[in-house]
Amino acid sequence: MSDAFTLGMFYTVIRPEEKWILEAAAKRGIPVERLHDEEVTFPLVRNGFKADLVLNRSVSHSRSLYALRFFEHYGVPTVNPYEVVALCGDKVLASLRLAEAGIPTPRTVVALTPEAALKALDEIGYPAVLKPPVGSWGRLMAKVDDREEAEQIIEHKTALGSPNHSIFYVQEYVEKPERDLRVFVVGDEVVAAMYRYSKDWRTNAARGGTAESLEPDSELSELALKASLAVGGGVLAVDLMESPRGLLVHEVNPTPEFKALTGATGIDVADRIVDYVVEVAKR
Amino acid sequence: MSECPECGKAIERRDLIEGEIFPCPDCGVELEVTSVEPFKIDAAPREAEDWGE
Repeated sequence: MSDAFTLGMFYTVIRPEEKWILEAAAKRGIPVERLHDEEVTFPLVRNGFKADLVLNRSVSHSRSLYALRFFEHYGVPTVNPYEVVALCGDKVLASLRLAEAGIPTPRTVVALTPEAALKALDEIGYPAVLKPPVGSWGRLMAKVDDREEAEQIIEHKTALGSPNHSIFYVQEYVEKPERDLRVFVVGDEVVAAMYRYSKDWRTNAARGGTAESLEPDSELSELALKASLAVGGGVLAVDLMESPRGLLVHEVNPTPEFKALTGATGIDVADRIVDYVVEVAKR
Repeated sequence: MSECPECGKAIERRDLIEGEIFPCPDCGVELEVTSVEPFKIDAAPREAEDWGE
């Protein structure tokens, strides 16, 4: 692809992150075609849009998956690629890939029925954490303290009726400080890192945690890069916990937010993302 | 100029762009710019189950 290209930004809403990306592209004179995920249609034959490369900023996992697969079908490269988003957006698939790459993660057992979920919780031991395979921002996750609570939560999840709540992703509850770590990786580089503090056991910034800049040491950087590489690489936020047995990777986010990270570190993450997009466009 | 659909606060466009979400300065509800010319706002879309990072 030549230097002159049109960047497509596939998005749901314009948050500070998306606005900064648009500004970073404008600064470089890169034309941006905004592709709103509520409006775009996808025929089997490419039609009606100009973008030479698409940056995915949709917050919807299912919309992202179908759209990225279509862009791939049209021969349009995407950041991140379909495979990476499919893998990272599903906690079961992500755990499998991280384990296959030898990356330390929390102990995890997956169950496919409510009955098996109780067995999985017994295997992990209480307290444990029950998560839907797809979902983010700590939504509908539960810390399960004992068998009685487990039975009630599983009954409620079953009553929700959706396939996403009929697969049970059970993880050990990791005793950690009131914080976790986020390392933002772009390509093969660690761009920025932060601690996320919260008294809630879920430290997601979206749940109101606070952020503090972190200078990653070589162990942290290497682990984050290894995790990023394991899922296919791109623009990724690797979330880690400090456990009694060392750092554990608990999530790799394929459409990461970085407002809190930018605020805490002063690093222009959007600028680095656009640099990377330019690099991918030149390939 | 447009109004917050929740509390009626008059909102100016300032540097807002189409699709941008922002909190109402008065009641704090999340709003979305649905059009720039003319300037229109509405309640921001509600978070769906598969939304996230």
